[in-house]
Amino acid sequence: MSHLELEDMLGKGWRKPPFVSNPKLRWSLILGSIAYLAAAFMSIEVDWGRVYVGLDRGWAFILAFASPDFTGRASDIWTGMLESIVMTVAASVVGILISIPIGLGAARNIAPLPIYLVCRGIVAISRALQEIIVAILLVAIFGFGPLAGFLTLSFATIGFLSKLLAEDIEAMDKAQAEAIKASGARWLQWINYGVQPQVMPRLVGLSMYRIDINFRESAILGLVGAGGIGATLNTAFDRYEYDTAAAILILIIGIVMSLEYLSGIIRSKVQ
Amino acid sequence: MPVLEKGGAQTWRRRTAGESLFRWFGWLIGVAIFVACWQRISEATTWFFVWDAPRIAGDIWTRATPPRWEYITQLGRPIWDTLNIATLGTLIAICLAVPVAFMAARNTTPSVLFVRPVALLVIVSSRSINSLIWALLLIAIIGPGVFAGIIAIAIRSIGFCAKLLYEAIEEIDHAQVEAISATGASRWQVMAYGIVPQILPAFAGIAVFRWDINIRESTVLGLVGAGGIGLQLSASLNVLAWPQVSLILLVILAAVLVSEWVSAKVRGAII
Repeated sequence: MSHLELEDMLGKGWRKPPFVSNPKLRWSLILGSIAYLAAAFMSIEVDWGRVYVGLDRGWAFILAFASPDFTGRASDIWTGMLESIVMTVAASVVGILISIPIGLGAARNIAPLPIYLVCRGIVAISRALQEIIVAILLVAIFGFGPLAGFLTLSFATIGFLSKLLAEDIEAMDKAQAEAIKASGARWLQWINYGVQPQVMPRLVGLSMYRIDINFRESAILGLVGAGGIGATLNTAFDRYEYDTAAAILILIIGIVMSLEYLSGIIRSKVQ
Repeated sequence: MPVLEKGGAQTWRRRTAGESLFRWFGWLIGVAIFVACWQRISEATTWFFVWDAPRIAGDIWTRATPPRWEYITQLGRPIWDTLNIATLGTLIAICLAVPVAFMAARNTTPSVLFVRPVALLVIVSSRSINSLIWALLLIAIIGPGVFAGIIAIAIRSIGFCAKLLYEAIEEIDHAQVEAISATGASRWQVMAYGIVPQILPAFAGIAVFRWDINIRESTVLGLVGAGGIGLQLSASLNVLAWPQVSLILLVILAAVLVSEWVSAKVRGAII
């Protein structure tokens, strides 16, 4: 066979190197994931009859996107949307304002150890608890309404923004901050002229991103009674009013898209 | 350079008078919007309950401690369901996100004019809507249960994975792609040997990162009836069984921390 001779002349043919180089680890990973997947599939109970019946409703919902009903529940949608936006704006402002000092405190190169630990603790707690769980607890404590949603979103903003801000401060250029310090600046002046200009573009970008997230989250807080469009959406689903639900979802997507577009413009301007 | 003249002496200023006036108005409008938002929230709040909040919080705390530890025996199955929702949802999402990402990336899309906008629309709609809302919708369509949770997580994750992946594809090194196509490779071979090896680390990182987020989200999906530990949480909340609630919250917290640790380890090993 001439083909074999050619192979012999060239030596061994090239083969793609495997993703995990250690063969034992590779095979145990592959076998482990197959075993897990088998176990997972076995334990899921799917009522295919129910799914099949539901496909009609799914199709009706997709069709509803073609003819969304903005007018039928216009006043409910309007109040809910406004409440969502109000919560987003207020929570973003308060959250950003609080997260700046906490972000400063959580940066190891600025803060002394005790403050650092306290601030990192706040960040860790805020990040570990999901918005919806915080909202449940705050609704239980403060009662129904947008105040609970506002507090939830502010709390979540603090964890997100402080952590990223602290990481940015820790990665900043030391020389610039030191130059300001050498000129005899007080602590506040040092932060204002040595640190702030370095982290400002990223802070603005992250804040815009967080506003975007806050709006998306505000849409679900209504499910647990914390105000916003979620309650209206939930009612629409419960009544199988798919055209109203589709209208709300289209509004949410539209607002998120325009926020993203806006934040793109602002970020490209400051960076 | 903007200069302020005062009694013959020139002082440097950062901005001209017009600029400062413009900025001042910007701040004024911003503050006015915030105050208006706060007023709306305040109107919708029953302040009596808020002043009463510390007492209520203390009351809940005394009811919730100590957690009912023996209840943990009943949480095994819900935790397994939660893990399955997150993992299978992520797997489905990845399978669907890869083609969407290739269609959305400017350098690999079959058609910039027709296919790319569709792919981007898929990404933005999936990303704008929270997994809880997807779950709500799917429960109305295919009935409550783990299956609805898996699909909800999958739909929500497509946009996230596809967005990060298509950005990674757009940033690849073109020299490699050109080298592969110079050997006479077909379109698919160029993808397999020129593009995929470059994005594989990013891809694995994105997948694990999303899995981590999905563990978080799947813990609360049960609140709307989509399976997992959230079902127990909502059942316990409905009967005001606070010791069970606190135990479930501790379990969720542990799950979140473990998943974050796993994802950090795996990403550290890959990248």
